[in-house]
Amino acid sequence: MTDTWDAIIVGAGHNGLVCAALLAKAGRKVLVLEANEQVGGAAITRDFADGFSVSACAHLLYQLQPAVRKDLGLKPRLASDDLKTIALAEDGEHLHLSNRTVKGVSSTDAVEYRQFRKRMTRFADLLTTYLNKPPPRLGTKNPRDIMTLAQLGFDLRRLGRDEMREFLRLIGMNIYDEVTERFDSGLLKGAICLDAVLGTHLGPRSPNTIMTYLYRQAGGHGKCAQPVGGMGAVSDELAHVARSAGATIRTSVPVSRIVVENGRISGVETAGGENIRCMTVISNADPKQTVMELVGARHFETGFARRITHLRARGNAAKLHLALDGLPEIAGLSKKDFGQRLVIAPDENYVERAFNPAKYGKTSPEPVIEITFPSLSDPALAPTGHHVMSAVVQYAPYALREGWSDAASEAFKATVLGTIARYAPGIEARVMASELLTPADIEREFHMSGGHWHHAELTLDQFLFVRPVNGAAQYSLPLDGLYLCGAGTHPGGGISGAAGRNAARAILQREKAA
Amino acid sequence: MSTRPFEIQEVHQGRLQSPFHPRLAELDTLNTWHTWKGYTSADALYCEDLEYFAIRNATAVFDLTPMTKYRISGPDALDYLNRLVTRDMAKIKPGRVAYAVWCDDQGQVIDDGTIFHLREGEYRLCSQERHFAWLQAATIGFDVTVEHETENVAALAVQGPTSYSTLSAMGLDLAELKPFGLTHVDFEGSEMMVSRTGFTGDLGYELWIEPGKAIALWDALFDAGKLFGIRAIGTHALEQSRIEAGFLAAYMEFLPADETIRSGRSRSPLELGLDWLVDFKKPNFNGRRALAEEQRRGSTWRLVKLDIDGNKPANHSYIFAKSKNNKSEIGFITSASWSPVCKQNIALGTVRTPHGKPGDSLWVEIYYQREMHWNRKMAHATVVDKPFWFPPRRSATPPGPF
Repeated sequence: MTDTWDAIIVGAGHNGLVCAALLAKAGRKVLVLEANEQVGGAAITRDFADGFSVSACAHLLYQLQPAVRKDLGLKPRLASDDLKTIALAEDGEHLHLSNRTVKGVSSTDAVEYRQFRKRMTRFADLLTTYLNKPPPRLGTKNPRDIMTLAQLGFDLRRLGRDEMREFLRLIGMNIYDEVTERFDSGLLKGAICLDAVLGTHLGPRSPNTIMTYLYRQAGGHGKCAQPVGGMGAVSDELAHVARSAGATIRTSVPVSRIVVENGRISGVETAGGENIRCMTVISNADPKQTVMELVGARHFETGFARRITHLRARGNAAKLHLALDGLPEIAGLSKKDFGQRLVIAPDENYVERAFNPAKYGKTSPEPVIEITFPSLSDPALAPTGHHVMSAVVQYAPYALREGWSDAASEAFKATVLGTIARYAPGIEARVMASELLTPADIEREFHMSGGHWHHAELTLDQFLFVRPVNGAAQYSLPLDGLYLCGAGTHPGGGISGAAGRNAARAILQREKAA
Repeated sequence: MSTRPFEIQEVHQGRLQSPFHPRLAELDTLNTWHTWKGYTSADALYCEDLEYFAIRNATAVFDLTPMTKYRISGPDALDYLNRLVTRDMAKIKPGRVAYAVWCDDQGQVIDDGTIFHLREGEYRLCSQERHFAWLQAATIGFDVTVEHETENVAALAVQGPTSYSTLSAMGLDLAELKPFGLTHVDFEGSEMMVSRTGFTGDLGYELWIEPGKAIALWDALFDAGKLFGIRAIGTHALEQSRIEAGFLAAYMEFLPADETIRSGRSRSPLELGLDWLVDFKKPNFNGRRALAEEQRRGSTWRLVKLDIDGNKPANHSYIFAKSKNNKSEIGFITSASWSPVCKQNIALGTVRTPHGKPGDSLWVEIYYQREMHWNRKMAHATVVDKPFWFPPRRSATPPGPF
């Protein structure tokens, strides 16, 4: 068979779809192969109980980059937008946090919060520019890279002397120190710490958790939204845009191997035994899986293979879905409040203590939880009068010491329910069905190494010029014809589309240069 | 993703002694020892010069037990080695030995050494330095086992014009063994590997046996060699012959790339005159991309063999090129010696390209001391192509008696 395709994309995750759409718009013939039945990767909606459906992995949209929306003309329909965060207190004295204001704290804390948010927003905006560009290479003479670096230096300087110093001070720091210096309220500190560590293998006292906090704010200032029909709707829209631009998307076609011939990529082999030739293969899979499993480490050089082996990607977030016969009761919350984002992180030390067991391969006895009731604003997700709860639970380490057996999973589910019940007494009686996705389940079902949202831990040593590793930061791997476009590349995970868009741009630029 | 489990072996404290040490200690009169990778090793035993002449005129025996040895085996051993080193290992059949060089991803030399294809799919890699971490990292993605076996193998180099006669007198039939060949023979009920290899650039062999048979082997060898002028030697004599043969040594002609800190202080195989060892027909090997790029752009350095006027060894000298009336500094000497057997003042050096083509005329600034006072001399030097010492007997098969 002759080369029918200009590029094959392995995996129809949201980044793969963004990349496919942009390449197709640029006139390339693109084939996307997805292992699962649905497109979207970790951005899908699916039934988990009869009549109940839910965003199976990612459940809040807060990072979809404006640049991606604009380039692809995306207009996701939102069931709710600009969700408030409600930091739950057992005594019902909850905090209500919005972008700039917080209700339920002392006036000093309220003023500090405004200043803190203002600064963080400003820094996040600076970051946003660079998250939406392929990272520049260091030590090259490439004019584009030099321009980007110069611009970065200039933008930093433009913050002003004091703010620049503050940025450089904060970027490697931990969120714990910053919040304890600023605030009195434990609930407030806990809620901010939660935002900094969600989806990572980091505690609030881990270095660079301010960077992860900023990363969350980049693009949409941390404003959370819920798409109508769940996250799958966003993926469906992306797939529609890609198909309209001419891309072909095939689902239920797992790629078993990316084929190398004479030291370059020559196509893919599917699990069904089909060989598809193509000189450009773009992997939406995580870097480890791409290098170690799909291609094979032997086709790379030793130093590179070693760096990829050492890439840190230990997922530590589980996902809990409950089918409820009605809303639970939480003291101090009105029905409307259930449509907001509820967090269980009563103080900064609680979050750090929840992380402690995870370091030693154990789950948190008192986990940190982010809860949503998506069916409140999007009733189609559950039968009338019934509701769906979708929660992200930290910490559930991928490398659980005793392994993720059914019993371990059930035990952790009980722990999580018990924790929620402290705020919502009697919720257990309302549960009609439940589903817990451990990082091991997430790895298996969404094909991401370590079950990590970001495909690779989002820390400064795996960021920007060195994400995923030195030698692969410009979306091309050191093997001719092979590219990455997933969360493991710059800038990272979350439903942002930035990685997919950057990859498409890098690939097109490279074509032009060749 | 599970990490490869491996056992942590007991680490020796203090200086090790090779199984041949009792015999070396008996012969030693100078008591000048140094450490070679943790082993007691002799600089010289009785007289450096006489030991050197044993290499060139008779049979010299050198204890190379401390040389680093790794056993590489498993279904993917060949593929593993082909990715590790720059040359095509598929051409090295069982019973053959390959001189090889291995690089990091930047195409910079980590070390050179010899790879013995012991049996189908089973290899021994020998080098001056230790490389277990790198060799282990290189196994990622391969079904291969790398074992450190330095301590499990006792080895002797038997080098010099009468070495063949000595080993024949010991009852070994090595008439058909070609240079870079190896064979397995029986020695007192144990398997001994004999290879026609060495570090002297002369006719010579290396004997490899289990440590328990080391003393017996030594005694049998010295019995057989009595009439052929057999002598034990230390490292200094070997070093002299190594330079005459034009062989490279780590930390002399190059620094192992993983030991360098400053950029530009390591060398690529192309810069060491080892382009004949780099096979770009192989689709992938460590350093391939960088070396292809270097080949396209041109190398920065070139290794040169120099024939220098006069008889003052040019150790540590700067090398100059003459342009009109100026002499500009282009590099430095890495190893130098007066060669008694060639009657030449020889040196190895590293110079910036495009200087240093064979036949080029260069200058070497030699400093030497006479009765406390320093003298300086600009000596003329010619770049030569061939090794300084390459006697026909080195490659003759059968070598014939001497």
